[in-house]
Order: sequence, then structure tokens, then C-alpha cells
Amino acid sequence: MPLHLPDIRIAGIAPELTLSIAAIVVLLVSAFMGRRLPTWTLPVMSSVGIVLACIFAVATWHTSQAHTQLQLANMVAVDGFSIFVKVTLGVFGLLTVWLARDYLSRQALEEAEFYALVLFAVAGMMLMASAADLILIFIALETFSLALYVLVGFRRSSVSSQEAAMKYFLLGSFSSAFFLLGIALTFGAVGSTNLYGSASQPGIVTFLQSAPASGLGLLVLGMGFLIIGLGFKVAAVPFHMWTPDAYQGAPSPVTGFMAAGSKIAGFAALLRLLDVVMFPLRWDWRPLVIVIAIVTMVVGALVAVVQEDIKRMLAYSAIAHAGFVLTGLVAANDRGVSGALFYLATYGVTVLGAFAVVSILAGKDERRVRLVDYKGLFYERPVLAGALMLFLLSLAGVPPTVGFVGKLVVFGAAVQAGYWWLAVAGVVSSMIAAFFYLRVLVVMYMQEADEPQIAWTGGSVSHAVIGLAAVATVGLGIAWGPLIHVAEKATMFFTTG
Amino acid sequence: MIWLLLTIFAPAAGAVLLCFVPRERNDFLRYAALGVTLVAFALSIGVLIDFKTGVAGFQEVAHASWIKEWGISFTTGIDGISLWMILLTTFLMPLGVLASWSIDHRVKPYFVFLLILETGMLGVFSALDMFLFYLFWEATLVPMYFLIGMWGYGRRIFAAMKFFIFTLVGSLLMLVAILFLYFAAHHNPTFDYRQLLGTALPMSTQRLLFLGFFASFAIKVPLVPLHTWLPDAHTEAPTAGSVMLAGVLLKMGVYGLIRFAIPLFPDAARELVPLLMTLAIVGILYGALVAAMQKDLKRLIAYSSVAHLGFIVLGVFVGSIQGMSGGILQMVNHGLSTGALFMLVGALYDRRHTRQIEDFGGLARSVPVLSGVFLFVLLSSVGLPGLNGFVGEFLVLVGTFYRYRWWAIPATFGIVLAAVYLFWGYQRVFHGPLERDENRSIVDLVPRELAMLAPVIALIVFIGVYPKPFLDRIEPSAQLVVNELAHGSVLPGSPDLARVP
Repeated sequence: MPLHLPDIRIAGIAPELTLSIAAIVVLLVSAFMGRRLPTWTLPVMSSVGIVLACIFAVATWHTSQAHTQLQLANMVAVDGFSIFVKVTLGVFGLLTVWLARDYLSRQALEEAEFYALVLFAVAGMMLMASAADLILIFIALETFSLALYVLVGFRRSSVSSQEAAMKYFLLGSFSSAFFLLGIALTFGAVGSTNLYGSASQPGIVTFLQSAPASGLGLLVLGMGFLIIGLGFKVAAVPFHMWTPDAYQGAPSPVTGFMAAGSKIAGFAALLRLLDVVMFPLRWDWRPLVIVIAIVTMVVGALVAVVQEDIKRMLAYSAIAHAGFVLTGLVAANDRGVSGALFYLATYGVTVLGAFAVVSILAGKDERRVRLVDYKGLFYERPVLAGALMLFLLSLAGVPPTVGFVGKLVVFGAAVQAGYWWLAVAGVVSSMIAAFFYLRVLVVMYMQEADEPQIAWTGGSVSHAVIGLAAVATVGLGIAWGPLIHVAEKATMFFTTG
Repeated sequence: MIWLLLTIFAPAAGAVLLCFVPRERNDFLRYAALGVTLVAFALSIGVLIDFKTGVAGFQEVAHASWIKEWGISFTTGIDGISLWMILLTTFLMPLGVLASWSIDHRVKPYFVFLLILETGMLGVFSALDMFLFYLFWEATLVPMYFLIGMWGYGRRIFAAMKFFIFTLVGSLLMLVAILFLYFAAHHNPTFDYRQLLGTALPMSTQRLLFLGFFASFAIKVPLVPLHTWLPDAHTEAPTAGSVMLAGVLLKMGVYGLIRFAIPLFPDAARELVPLLMTLAIVGILYGALVAAMQKDLKRLIAYSSVAHLGFIVLGVFVGSIQGMSGGILQMVNHGLSTGALFMLVGALYDRRHTRQIEDFGGLARSVPVLSGVFLFVLLSSVGLPGLNGFVGEFLVLVGTFYRYRWWAIPATFGIVLAAVYLFWGYQRVFHGPLERDENRSIVDLVPRELAMLAPVIALIVFIGVYPKPFLDRIEPSAQLVVNELAHGSVLPGSPDLARVP
């Protein structure tokens, strides 16, 4: 009996492999070399791993940008979309690693595990972007979620950090169960868990192309559960309950990384699933997603208004932003997909910058995170306050920052698809949201500090990261042509098939 | 073309340079800001000289592709309408800097924000790309927010917040409308205003989009009932902030209506003329009545702006060339007279640290020059023949009478009311017995303040006596907009302005 070996070409998952190897190397080096190493060794090693992963990802750009290529027994899809997401995640990973360096030494936390976990998380997130099988999506989801559970509880001495990790873990497991149920139902309908399928193997795409007589109802039901499972990860209402607690308790760089990374990873899977694979079923999922989008935008913005803790406020703002991305997803046209990618990439950089400032100002043990702690910040630390102002204006969507462009492109896609009223709902939410971003500006710029402030500590590396994020926030807000061009090229397969 | 670009970006460049000045060198910062604004003014004179009178279309056009993927370009240019708005901005800005001499804390960020604001305003008046326009429109929002919130009086934070939220509500609705228009235009997708003109849209769509633009502009103007942010913002803003708000920012709303809302959606605009004229008349009467009741001098002037802007909107929408030209000229006039009034109230506040009318009385004896100048500016605001206000208001009334006879009656009544509240306020502040000791000892206008008021006074007289240079440049461009409004309705030709008395 001839043995059929699957066609194994690891090029498709080279970025993920590289990151996993880098994570293991970081752990081993730190275990064996320990304290003899200079402090910059581990971050540099992590960065090398991330940069290599990005290079491997980009290397396939020319051959696979325009058409989806299935590899590893149709398990992995390599296309411009996945490459774009992977490189974006690499950038987030780099920023997080360098932000964490100062943070860890300030809070006296272990380093090696932190970097290794960030690398594993990035690997899992990258895999989300190119997974072409529901099982693989699930594995990727669990890989980065497990790493994040630990990272959220990384400040072991802090009760709030522990609590956050516990809540995140419990609710995350809950959502995984939903996702698994969705996989089971889909399998029942299609007879396979594969997204695309091929001539010899059934898949969702081939199933839908074959004009099936039965099983569609089951598939739609399974799709609903899959949306719920991924809705947890992107923090869409009503699956957002974990977000404020986890964001508040987690170490600030981790919060930024979560906000940026898990959002784009979850949306990568959602976009591929709904806008590409389930595109023929769009009339079934659209009503559901539209409701989720509107509720997410409005609830996120409304609840953020009453927050007194800056990390909680940014958590609710992150929820509202998930709603904005959903408007691009609902549009389900080429501008919607590329706009969502653009939004996620730029939102990630902005929110990482914002949490970088927060992590510096929080001081040791992250105590100073209430809004009142920011009183008169402009007069004590004008540059830091200016950077935070830029990030907040970008989150609020005020030009010439990149946050405005993000809103322009996703709302534009919604208008183009005929959902102008969804865009109106989006701008109504933006108006509410503007209120709480302005509150922070009021506190920083227009109120005097009650008592003399203790000196804030922040390393030069953190400041460099903040500077980079600030330059990107304004620079991309003015010259956003190249990035949207790449995003549009990356989603060309959407129209060419 | 180069003059216009230099004018727009000179203040922003100045703001960047100011960032590098050490923050404790207050005097240097003041003079530097004054210098920058004067340079911008000089450059805008270059624009005026370059401007070809009698040409209706856009001049000084600069065009560069920006975001090809979305059809966004950097396109600027001016016509006879925006020309005067730009000159008004650059003219008022040095005066605003002079009026800010008494700002003595956080001087550096103050002037940086003021200069960014100037670039934003100039950009609004010259952008010919919808995306660029929106960018500049929003760019005026943030600096003004900080100017009110950081250097304002009393309830400054509340006022700043209200200003920001109100404006943002309008501008975001406009953003959706812009996007809708962008996708509705079936040719090559573009944000270029000149190519979007004449986009054929079904009436229902036009109505919707007009309302989207209108939301933004009507809040800015402001038209009753969307005016409630204005008294707060004007009253709490620092003097230069009030001058810029009343002098220029409100005009951005009217300018938006003239430049974008009417030509892009002419059918919807025509259909909504009765509604808009009603709102304008309500604004005239309501603003005047509420102004008469105010106890705070600055609030009184703020409400007078509501009334005056009602007048301007009336002129714009009556659909006759006299009304349109008069409305546009009246924008300049209102900027001059109300700007000067805010400067004078600011000068009073600097001396007495109060703006309550009842705290004053009999000032004509202790500060004769100030009260004389105040009276003069007041007369311009009321519309005394021979001064600038008369020309604008008269043209608006003629235009209204010409097309909607009965509507002219309440509008005329508004002028009478203006005389009532302004003179009554003046009487209580400057006449009567000089009872309070602290009112006796205040100093009269100092040379710096005279220097900032003299140019305004000169212009008030000049426009009042010889408005021809202004009207000649306004009229051809205004006629194009009037044609859009009057298209299809019975309007016998376009009467020559010179023949109207």
C-alpha cells in the first residue's frame, strides 16, 4: 500500500516557526546564561526573531499577494492578506518588547518568560491570519490566548493582575467552547473543517459553490457560534465583559499588546471567515453583525464616558473601536477589507503608544492610573502630555492623525456598500467617544495639579517607542497613501479570487 | 498661486519655529507671533494684488496629487468670495495677537495654538478638495478648544467642551455626507470639489446630503436653534479667541453654505430656502431680543452675533445678487465691528476684571477715548449710513425685498432691535452717573490698543464710503452661486448692482 505523505512545504508557516524557535532560544539562553548577560540581550534576541519572521512573511509577497495559495494539505493560506497581518503583528511585537524592557526593570519582574510569552503570542496571532482550517484557527486562538492569560497575570504580587488573569482565562475558555461548538456544527453541515477545500477534499467554499440542498441551516448556526467565539477575542458587545477587568489589571505594555494584537488577530480570522469564505452567506450573517457593530460602538463609547480609571477607559474605547472595524467588515467589499486592515494596523500603533505613556506615568506597582492623577500633566511633562494628546486625538478620530483616516476608510466602505446609516451610527458613537478623550485632555491641560507630583520614571527606550508611535500617528495621518496602497494590494485576492 | 500657499502656511511655519523658543521669554514670543501674523498679512496682500477682478472662477489654483488610491489631492484656490475671507483672517490675526498682550501665563503654547488656528482658517477658505477642506475644518477645532479651555474665564472648561462637541457633531455628519457624495459621483472617484460640482443626484439623496453639510455649517454659523454653544464659547474665551470666533470662525459656516452646500446640492437648497429664511429671521429677532436682556457685556455682543449672522444667512439664501453680495460683504463687516467690540470689552475687562454691565456706568467721563471708539464701532454694527454695516445690511434688505417682499419687514425690524440693545447697553456702561470709585481711576486706551483699533476704524469708514473695490471682486463669483439658487425660478436677468441705489 503506497504511503501518501502530505505535501510539506514549511515556507507557509516559516514566520510562526521562527518565532517559536526564537521563544525557545530566549528561554534556554536565559536559563543557562542567566545573569551573566547584559540586559539588552533578550530583547535584542526577541527582536531578531520577530524581524526574521517578518522577512520570511514578506518573502512570499510577490508570488502569493494576489491569489490565495493553500499549503500544508490546505491547512494554511498564504496571501497578501495574511502577510499584511503578520508584518503588522511583527511591528506590534517589536514595540511591545522594547516597551517591556523598561517596564520590567521598573517593576522588578522576570524578563525571559515575558519575552518568550510575547513571542509565542505573536506566533499564535500570526497563525490566525493564515489558518485555512477551523481546527487550525482554534489552535492558533488557544496558542496566543494561553500566552496572554499568563502575561495578564504577570504582576504576580498584584491582586488586580491575578484577578484579571483569572477572569480573562475563565471567560476565554467559555468563548473557546462556543468556538468549538461552531466547528462541530460546521463539520456536521460540510463534512469537513476546512475553509476552502479542494477537488478531493470538501471545504466550506466548495460546499457553498455546490449549491447544497441541505445543511445550510446547520452551517448558518455553526457560523453564528464561530462569530461568538471570535467576538470574544475582538471584544465585541455583548462578548466584551472580560475586557475592562483584563485591561485594567494587566501590566500596561501587555494591555497595549492585547488591544493591538488580539484585535487584529481575531479580526483576521473573522474577515477571512465572513468576508471571504462565507461571502455567499452574507445575507445571513450581515444582520447579526450589523446589530453587533452598532451595539458595540454605542455601548463601548457610552460606558467609557463614566470611567475614572484611564486603563478601563481605554478598554471601553477598545470595545468601541472593535465596532468601527466591524463596519468595514459588514461592508464586505474590497475597500471594507483593506480599510479594516488599515484601521487595525494604525489603531494598534496608536493604542500601543497610549499604553506606553500610561505605563510610564503609572509608576511602580501601577498605582497612578486614575484620571485625577493626570491633573496638570502638561505643566510637568509637556512632551509626554503632548504625545498622549496625539494618541487620544487619533483614537477620537480627529485629523490630521491616522485615527481619522482609519474611520474615513471604514465608514467610506460602509457608505459605498449602501450602509450609510451604519456610518451615521458610527459617527454618533464617535461623538460620544470624543467626550471622554476630551476629559483626559481637560485634566492634563486645563487643570492644575492639586499636590506636587512625584517624579515619573521612564527609560529612554520607552520614550523612543512613544516617539516612534507619535510620529507614525501623525505621519500616517498625513501621508497614508502608501499604507492604504499596500493594504489594497494585500486584499486584491478579494476581488480576483 | 505661490502667494496663496505662502499665506496659508506661513502661520503654521511660525508656530513650528515658536516651539523652539524658550518658554520663559514671553516678550520675545509676543513679538515673534506678531511678526508672523504681520508677515501672513503682507503675503495675503500679495494675493489681493495678484487677484484678477471680474473673474468669477477660481484663481491662484495650486494642485498636487496626494492620495492617489482615493482620488485625494491637495487643491487650493480662491474666488471673489474666499479672497475677502482670507484677507479678513490675516487682517484680524495681528490685532488678535495685540489683544493678547495681557496673557502672561503659558504664553508659548498660547501663540502656538493661535498660529495653528490661523493656518486652519486660511485653509478652510482656500481648500478645493473636500478631504483637504475637512482636514482644515477640523484643524481649527483643536486649537480653539485649547484656547478657550486653557486661557478662558470662569466656566472655560465647560465652554470649551461644549464648543468641541457641538462642532464635532456637525462635522462628522458632514464627513458621512462627503463620503456619500464621493461614492455617488460615478466618474473616476475624486474628492476634487470642481469635479464633484454638477454631480447628478436624485432629489431624495440631495436633500439628505444637503442636511449633512447643513448640520455642520448651521452649527458653526450658528443658526437658531443650534446656537447655544456660541454665547458660552464667546463669553469664556480669551479676547483673541472671541475675536477669532466671531470674526472668522462663524464665517466659516456661512462660507461653507455658499461654497459647498448650495452649489453641490442646488435643488435641495432651492427647496429648503423658505425653511432657511425662516431660521434666519428667527435668528435675527431672537438674537436681538435675548441680547437686550443680557447682564454680561460680552454675552450681549455674543448674542448680537446670532442676530447679525441671521442677517447674513438671509442675504445668502434670498437668491438675488444684491442679497448674496451684501451677505458676503456683511461677513467682512461683522468680522471688523464685532471683532473690535470684543477687543474693547477685553480692554475693559483687563482694567476692571468684570464684564457685568451693572458694574460700570458713566465711563464716558473717565475713559473718553475708549467710549468714543466704542460708540463708533457700535454705530458701524447698528448700520449707520456712511459706515460699513450700512452697505451690507442695505444690500441684504434690498435683495430680500426684491424677491420676498414680506420677509423684508421682520428683517428690517431686526435692525431697529439692534439699535435698541446696543444703545441701551452702551448707555448703561458709558453714560449715567459715575458712581463707583474703581470706575473713576481706570486708564484710557494705551497706544498698543489704539494701534490695534485704528486699522479697524479706518476700514470701517473705507468700506462705508467706498465699497466698490470689495463688491467688484465679490460680485462675479457670487453671481454663480445666485444662479444655482435662482435656477428655474423667475428671476429677470441679473440686475447690475450699480443701478440699484
